[in-house]
Amino acid sequence: MLEIRNLKKAFGKLEVLKGINQTIEDGEVLSIIGPSGSGKSTMLRCLNLLETPCGGEVTIDDVLVDENNINEVRTKMGMVFQNFNLFPHMTVLENVISAPVHVKKISKEEASIAGMILLEKVGLVEKANVKPASLSGGQKQRVAIARALAMEPEIMLFDEPTSALDPEMVGEVLEVMKALVKEGMTMIVVTHEIGFAKEVSDKVIFMDDGYIVEEGKPYEVLDNPKKERTINFLSKVLVC
Amino acid sequence: MQLYIQGFLVALKGVPMTLGVSLFAVAVGAAFGLCLALMRISQSKVLAFLAKIYVDIVRGTPLVVQALIFAYGLPQLLQASGIMFKWSSLLLPAMLVCAFNSSAYLSEVIRGGIQAVEHGQMEAARSLGMSKSKAMRLVIMPQAIKIILPAFGNEFVALIKETAVLSYVGIVEILRRGTLWNAATFETFPAYIGVALVYMLLTIPLSKTVGYFEKKMSEDDTHEIKAA
Repeated sequence: MLEIRNLKKAFGKLEVLKGINQTIEDGEVLSIIGPSGSGKSTMLRCLNLLETPCGGEVTIDDVLVDENNINEVRTKMGMVFQNFNLFPHMTVLENVISAPVHVKKISKEEASIAGMILLEKVGLVEKANVKPASLSGGQKQRVAIARALAMEPEIMLFDEPTSALDPEMVGEVLEVMKALVKEGMTMIVVTHEIGFAKEVSDKVIFMDDGYIVEEGKPYEVLDNPKKERTINFLSKVLVC
Repeated sequence: MQLYIQGFLVALKGVPMTLGVSLFAVAVGAAFGLCLALMRISQSKVLAFLAKIYVDIVRGTPLVVQALIFAYGLPQLLQASGIMFKWSSLLLPAMLVCAFNSSAYLSEVIRGGIQAVEHGQMEAARSLGMSKSKAMRLVIMPQAIKIILPAFGNEFVALIKETAVLSYVGIVEILRRGTLWNAATFETFPAYIGVALVYMLLTIPLSKTVGYFEKKMSEDDTHEIKAA
């Protein structure tokens, strides 16, 4: 169980998060939607301390996440970025096994076997020995997901995983994510894919201006929003 | 013509010394420069400040002055304060001063190379649980080295020319060979033309080689971008 209490973050004078409270149960899928600049990515990045919060706390199974245990916490919390951030000097398989080998100290042979199973899962076994530069965006993001999964995380964080993709490649990445949902992975997804959020989420939160404006079941927040700002946002997004 | 050939051959004898000192300076300078670069980008303000001061001082003074301070000034200072100190060979301070000098320039190149690697790479590595130093070693440096390596070559070429000032502290390298021959023969023009030719013979092919690899690497990059 992941708990966020009164999380605050400011960049200089700009307050990006103004007190966020949220609880994510094991196996739950939480989608975060909202306009750009609403603080949703910052909130996600505060969970694994890629951003240092200015106030509040994050606990996982009642253990406070801080600078001292962060490397260990991160091994249990996979993250997928908007821009993939694959390591360009490594092959696809090397990308996937880098952390298991160098952080978890698993032997290269063992990690490679596990890595190939993961690549099979994301449908990219035949790309194991090529460099990321020769992959399409959708393939890159699937490798990035496999790389995060290689650490056998308990929670997966997705930071707008399909926002940098050409439209025809969004589907293949969402399919991989849906498969993860089916396996019962705990997931926190910052996304603009309203349809996806509706289909897979246990809970949706709508953020604006550093606050959680509205939260609830997908059909509550996405189909019958109560708050003015949510209605406004959804009307703009769903038109497209 | 005979005189020019002779002048050239005399200067040629200085090549091993010039190349040896330059190579040593680049190699040690690269290692020390890496430390300086890591200090500059570290979280610690004190370390960053110290590295910056060092780089500013070294880059703000001529190599010949640094060489004179090291070779002659330092022993004098130590002797004046009652410590018996004499360089067993002036080659030692000459090599060290070139290495220190190089480290300052190379540290800036290394820092630039590290900072040119996209910020998301560090984040991705850290998000997988890698410590900062592990991320640096496994993810950042292998990418930065591509940017840094050509600069090492250029620094080597520059050093080959700059080590000429070591003749001021009695190192018998290319220029010193010519100067000595001139003093003995008074063939001033052939002596220094010979010296110039030898330097050209070293620097021009070397910088062409560096340029070739630089171009090749940037072509590799554009190729990768196209493929992506």
